[in-house]
Amino acid sequence: MSITDKLSGRDAPRAPAAIGWRERLQEALPKIVLAPSFAVTLIFVYGFIVWTVYLSFTGSKMFPSYDIVGWQSYQRLWTWTFETDPPSSWYTAVVNMGIFGSLYISICIALGLLIAILLDQKIRGEGILRPIYLYPMALSFIVTGTAWKWFLDPGIGLEQTMHAIGWESFHFDWIKNKDFVIYTVVIAGVWQASGFVMAMFLAGLRGIDGEIMKAAQIDGASTAQLYRRIIIPLLRPVFLSAFIVLAHMAIKSYDLVVALTSGGPGGAAELPSTFMYSYTFSRNQMAVGSASAVIMLMTISAIIVPYLYSELKEKAR
Amino acid sequence: MTTTMKLFAGALLASAFAMPAHAQVKEVQMLHWWTSGGEAAALNVLKADLAKQGFGWKDVPVAGGGGSAAMTALKAMVAAGNHPTSSQMLGYTVLDYAAAGKMGDLTATAKAEGWDEAVPKALQKFSVHNGKWVAAPVNVHSVNWLWISKSVMDKIGGTEPKTFDDLIALLDKAKAAGVTPLAQGGQPWQEATMFDSVVLSTGGTDFYKKAFLDLDEASLKSATMKKAFDNLAKLRSYTDANYAGRDWNLATAMVIKGDALVQVMGDWAKGEFVAAKKTPGTDFLCFRFPGTQGTVAYNSDMFGMFKVPADRQEAQVALAKATLSKSFQSAFNVVKGSVPARTDVPDTDFDACGKKGIADLKDANAKGTLVGSIAQGYGQPPAIAAAYTDVVTKFFHGQIATSDAAVTELVKAINAAK
Repeated sequence: MSITDKLSGRDAPRAPAAIGWRERLQEALPKIVLAPSFAVTLIFVYGFIVWTVYLSFTGSKMFPSYDIVGWQSYQRLWTWTFETDPPSSWYTAVVNMGIFGSLYISICIALGLLIAILLDQKIRGEGILRPIYLYPMALSFIVTGTAWKWFLDPGIGLEQTMHAIGWESFHFDWIKNKDFVIYTVVIAGVWQASGFVMAMFLAGLRGIDGEIMKAAQIDGASTAQLYRRIIIPLLRPVFLSAFIVLAHMAIKSYDLVVALTSGGPGGAAELPSTFMYSYTFSRNQMAVGSASAVIMLMTISAIIVPYLYSELKEKAR
Repeated sequence: MTTTMKLFAGALLASAFAMPAHAQVKEVQMLHWWTSGGEAAALNVLKADLAKQGFGWKDVPVAGGGGSAAMTALKAMVAAGNHPTSSQMLGYTVLDYAAAGKMGDLTATAKAEGWDEAVPKALQKFSVHNGKWVAAPVNVHSVNWLWISKSVMDKIGGTEPKTFDDLIALLDKAKAAGVTPLAQGGQPWQEATMFDSVVLSTGGTDFYKKAFLDLDEASLKSATMKKAFDNLAKLRSYTDANYAGRDWNLATAMVIKGDALVQVMGDWAKGEFVAAKKTPGTDFLCFRFPGTQGTVAYNSDMFGMFKVPADRQEAQVALAKATLSKSFQSAFNVVKGSVPARTDVPDTDFDACGKKGIADLKDANAKGTLVGSIAQGYGQPPAIAAAYTDVVTKFFHGQIATSDAAVTELVKAINAAK
């Protein structure tokens, strides 16, 4: 706004009519430029969210149908949520989402912060180390998934190599084990994303005013105290960004789990995203798929909206 | 949120195919995913055939390769009203589109070409809708096969297993000789495909029909079905420890290399043997799954024919005729490992397994023992087939512990999917 004012102010000596026209254009220009992307977002993001919600109340099977049948799809998902023995696909998906989401986010943040703090000790070769940690993020999830699938496969990967070099008792078959397969998704996901989180924290650390740290050191704070009491609290906005980025990556992760486990033994690596895709597009139960998509959206809003609200309110104060 | 993205992608894709209405008349637009070496070469026979008659060929590209990605793309195209002349289709997809009024009518061509007699009756369930021909079947695959390594068989001195107990005895011999007895790919569809054969073997053709084609609840939870699950559990004990998640072609490779004795798989496995320059009879053996000789559990690729404007119908008819011509049926299926979709094609160009497949199909068609494979989506619509696959794979990997629980779950899952 201030730039606009300044610009129009410079034009002040011109004829009054021209000013009016220019000013109006100046004011309208940002709106005109933003209008197409606004319209596109409105239709293709929010419009389709509304459409998905609508479909979840219909009896859509292979093609969308528009006859409302009520809460049937939600009722089915609700029943499936409590079918634990044998576990229904939806139950498995929900439990896996909890395990994967919490471990993925917390380990990525902890590891990213740790590496960032270690890299921030003015060590030699930081310029080489930083991209090494960051590069996994440049790979597609399919590549990560496939590479880790081979690496974790007991027949060709890590276990085989350990046996070959003489550690016969080494045993690591999580990727083949229905109870542990979801943790291999966490391993691969953390490997890919923690470098990115590190870069965020590193940027945050570099942005902290050196004077504050000097003052704390003069006051006699130990290094541990310095980090715990001063630096980490100052990084709070970075935690927020990291959490939001990781949370949405966790809930939408589809390619990683498909490439890594292709569903896992007996469907043990099911996630809500894979559940949604298979019900909507290959099982011809579009209404159930839509309902699961709506539940995913509700879940992520339930976590992120209050968090965002409290953090932003804090800032405004 | 993901749905939104998918739909958005679908809409983009559909608009990318929005073609001007005055496109070339002498041209077929074809959606298919036969892009790998042998299949693509075999499809060239069809292209050349059409070119000779003056028809152009336009591939409708699909990103992502496999069948399900193509089906999703097709759905978006049809929803947008921009469907191709024809599309490769599987199972109930043809009937779903026909019920939605999207398919054309080839009945006149079928009458002139004698498809009613030449194409096996069971197959016509998927190519004829309400008395109208809507698709041209390209091939017939069958799933109840054993693929056996000849070298391992010689080493353990085994013979063709005639009953399920024979098979178990054979597997025991292989185990004793230190070879992996059963090369198994631990993916849901592979386990379910094997279970088709196990049920056929345990209960017989009539039981299979009653349970899976008629969904008779008493049969689904009968003692016979329990026995079938127990038999499946027996087979599971002969896999190596590392089978979970393995792709089917890697399991075939184990048999090719002689690391494993046998794989239970559809006849597309033969393509792998042939690609590895192996000959039936000398390098590998093909038998029907013990106790299922005389029955063929099939799946089939079809070219679904969409309702096209009048100026494109000529090209569509030419495509359909060429697809079911004896020369193409023979040339294509020799490469694909399947057998022709009409029973009057000479078997001269086929190898021993192909000849056996053709004879078995003719026999099964005559006796009425040609049944759709439920695992491959030819027994029941996708929702029920997927429910079946869920239960089988959960049983195979131990989430469902006993055969008692398995049959209860099977009934429950199928009813929920109806």
